[in-house]
Amino acid sequence: MGRSSTHQHDVLIIGGGGAGLRAAIAIAQENPDLSVACVSKVYPMRSHTVAAEGGAAAVIKPNDSFENHIYDTVSGSDWLGDQDAIELFVKEAPKELIQLEHWGCPWNREADGSVSVRPFGGMGTERTWFASDKTGFHMLHSLFQTTLKYDNITRYDEHFASKLLVDDGRCCGCAAIELRTGQMRAILGKAIIMCTGGAGRVFPFTTNGAIKNGDGMSMAYREGVALKDMEFIQYHPTGLPGTGILITEASRGEGGILVNKHGYRYLQDYDLGQPLDIHDPEHPRKRTMELGPRDKLSQVFIKEMQKGNTIDSKYGPVVHLDLRHLGEAKINKNLPFVRELAKNYAGIDPVYEPIPVRPVLHYFMGGIDTDLDGATSLRGLYAAGECACVSINGANRLGSNSLTELLVFGARAGASAARFAMDNPDFNVASLEAQAEDESKRIRRDYIETGTTPGTSSGDGGSERIATLRNEMHEAMEGGTGIFRDEKSLTDTCQKIAELRDRFKIVRIDDHTNSFNTDLTAALELGFMLDVAEAIAHSALERKESRGSHQRLDFTNRDDENYLKHSLAFWQDDDAPPRIEYKPVTITKWPPGKRTYGKGSGLTKQENETT
Amino acid sequence: MPDEKTITLEIFRYHPESDAGPRFQSYDVPYNEDWVVLDAINWIKDTVDGTLTYRWSCRMGVCGSCGMMINDEPKLSCAVFLKEYYPNPIKVEPLVNFPVERDLVIDMDGFMEKLQSIKPYIIRDDVNDTSQGEYKQSPAELAHYKQYTMCINCMLCYSACPVVGSEPDFLGPAALALGHRYNKDSRDQGFDQRMEKMMEHEAVWGCTFVGECSVVCPKNVDPAGAIQQAKASAAQEYFKGFIMPRGAGK
Amino acid sequence: MTGKYHRPHKWNWFLSKPAYMLFMIRELTAVFIGAYLILLLIMLAKLGGGEAMFSEWLVVLRSPLWMGLHFIALVASLWHSITWFNLTPRAMPFFIGEKRLADPLVATAMGYGPWLVISLVILWGVLR
Repeated sequence: MGRSSTHQHDVLIIGGGGAGLRAAIAIAQENPDLSVACVSKVYPMRSHTVAAEGGAAAVIKPNDSFENHIYDTVSGSDWLGDQDAIELFVKEAPKELIQLEHWGCPWNREADGSVSVRPFGGMGTERTWFASDKTGFHMLHSLFQTTLKYDNITRYDEHFASKLLVDDGRCCGCAAIELRTGQMRAILGKAIIMCTGGAGRVFPFTTNGAIKNGDGMSMAYREGVALKDMEFIQYHPTGLPGTGILITEASRGEGGILVNKHGYRYLQDYDLGQPLDIHDPEHPRKRTMELGPRDKLSQVFIKEMQKGNTIDSKYGPVVHLDLRHLGEAKINKNLPFVRELAKNYAGIDPVYEPIPVRPVLHYFMGGIDTDLDGATSLRGLYAAGECACVSINGANRLGSNSLTELLVFGARAGASAARFAMDNPDFNVASLEAQAEDESKRIRRDYIETGTTPGTSSGDGGSERIATLRNEMHEAMEGGTGIFRDEKSLTDTCQKIAELRDRFKIVRIDDHTNSFNTDLTAALELGFMLDVAEAIAHSALERKESRGSHQRLDFTNRDDENYLKHSLAFWQDDDAPPRIEYKPVTITKWPPGKRTYGKGSGLTKQENETT
Repeated sequence: MPDEKTITLEIFRYHPESDAGPRFQSYDVPYNEDWVVLDAINWIKDTVDGTLTYRWSCRMGVCGSCGMMINDEPKLSCAVFLKEYYPNPIKVEPLVNFPVERDLVIDMDGFMEKLQSIKPYIIRDDVNDTSQGEYKQSPAELAHYKQYTMCINCMLCYSACPVVGSEPDFLGPAALALGHRYNKDSRDQGFDQRMEKMMEHEAVWGCTFVGECSVVCPKNVDPAGAIQQAKASAAQEYFKGFIMPRGAGK
Repeated sequence: MTGKYHRPHKWNWFLSKPAYMLFMIRELTAVFIGAYLILLLIMLAKLGGGEAMFSEWLVVLRSPLWMGLHFIALVASLWHSITWFNLTPRAMPFFIGEKRLADPLVATAMGYGPWLVISLVILWGVLR
């Protein structure tokens, strides 16, 4: 850990995934005179947007309407999504996907040259744009390669941001470790956009890559910004057992079915509609059965397991995702990655055998509390993508809304951050540099030098191993904040996380050098994850109702009277649990209704209510 | 008891602050037939030696971080199983043809510059105007370049290419294939601009068609094929240059 | 601080992998093809020198040494042609709609087919 160097820009983006890159282009394109910096702990094309498979939703075909997409998203969110945000999102979505098309994204096409769309879970109309089943990969690479066009974007690749720099109530940069040298840098901007993604690695069994540790959520949280709706965690119903590798919902959108150990399409027993024959031209029927929303399908899996209807595998209970009737040609054209993953990681060729699947942690609906422009409560700090919560996803996100979300709100956050930067050009560099220097010293003292010089105040301590604490956190989170929760499980988890945070203070790393110290970054990431874990557990404990992905066994009904509101977790200090507050949900035209799938096969709002 | 089986990983170690040259360190790892090499390396980092340094993220073969030499072959360590080698030891090294930053971490700066130099983005005047809806592109037009969009920038092809080894300035398989990808995209109008770079000495003509880049490519991109196609385009451009000044015919 | 480590690139890199060896062999076959072309030029010169000169030359060519060299040149040019024919489809892909024609089909249409036809024409010319 060397001395700080200072780098100044107009807008600083932390995170080089889909949202961060979209924000960078939005600023660079509209404001060629502004200097944009993008700090990322990995090369941008490694960001986890790359792993998204199924597609991105936007209304484009004549059989669809904004109204339908809005209604699907509102009801999908179990009415916890802010309707002004959802309406704005749906209306800006087509423009953003067309823009990405212009930037080279290889969307699948119809014979007439227009883009193809496919059905997706919880969506009443087919509106999910896709590039085979590697949509996130193609979007990320298209965005990244497009950023290479702009001279005014400076990348800080493999720079690990560890702390926000805040002066006089305004966020003006971050302290970031250049991994190659271990040197601490003060990277400053007149406005900052946080785009660091989710924190799936808080859980043991997840589709998320190693880099998703809630870095940005924790950094903002520690500066007093609320983490909103953190109790809402999405389990994707179809992950590969053992590895947790995602098998996209598009496999069901294309007509794949879920069966239990009797070969029975068990979803029909859970108020998700009646199955159509797999050869029926209407199959798969939208908003029913396999195209129900993710929260319900994952919950139903647990119920089937309790009935003893799941299949035993060496990685525990599974059900079967059967794609065989789609045929090799269709699988190769629209689901080639599913085939590749199933073959490589489960030893199964889905053309000939059903794929064993079970629910797997996938996505955080909650995150840094922002407004429609991505602005947070901290002046100068914006957020977008999975790390942010606007909120359009409420209590349950619909598949294919998040790729679109990172474009729409990435671009909006970029535009508003650019405006803020131009309106507020001056900040106190000396104060920010001093903070970066302090951060450098803190990291030396608490991690690098811990255990190296016995007898000194810093060098003596350190007995906890990163992996031990991480494993215990995983166990506590899976046990307490999984698909079904209750007071006891959540209280236990809260206590356990508090204990782990305490023990984390004496974590000891093996690597006491500077260059590419991934032992150090793993320790810092564990610290971030413990913050996020605590916010999740406490937010979940306080929400005494069941809504969307938050299912309480001790409060089984949705309670609009008391809980039609967003939870806000505020960081207090190193030894205290977060303070939980609430703020109202924005309801505009769609008053809370019954969330039905199956009945009326979920075509439009009207049909749903009349059948 | 199957739990007691172990497998040995011989791992290349190099620390830029203290080592004059590399050394190999041997680790015995519990053998699990479901584990990929990356799982074994993670086990070492978590339980035995936190100083072991490498890149990884998605562990599903799409982020491109974890390329390594596994028994002298460039591979994604998340996509190669211990059982393919057991009970023999596995030698793990950083990808060849790149400078080593530390242990299994290579320096990718060169590639990032090469990629940028071939202008890997759609070039046309109305690229930011979405008012007319999507550009139309038929499935056939898509099929002409789709294969070359699949590159995950994992760098295995650079490790397999002897030209990269002897000519570090050679643009290399992935960058050239991506240049070709945009040239073949019916939406693009940047062929002339891109070819200026791709026709330089260390670009398409540097390739001798060894073809190993395509053999090791985990995503079937066939960069070697892409480069030969680009050579054909370059040759056409070259001869066109005799007939008319460059660019005038477009 | 010693900095990045650069592994040496060995001059005999092509010995490290069978695929590299095959590549080098393919490249080397060009030498034989080149040599044979020179031989053909010499033959033309001899032909220009009159029938006697040419007949003399033909006798020389019948020696075991020359026969051996011809055999090696034949093998080399077969190797060269076949490897390149097999690579042709990747350098010149053909599509019908969105379907790419199978490699063997393109190799036949672009390489083996014309080769066979031309060979038959020559054979017909010689045997006539």
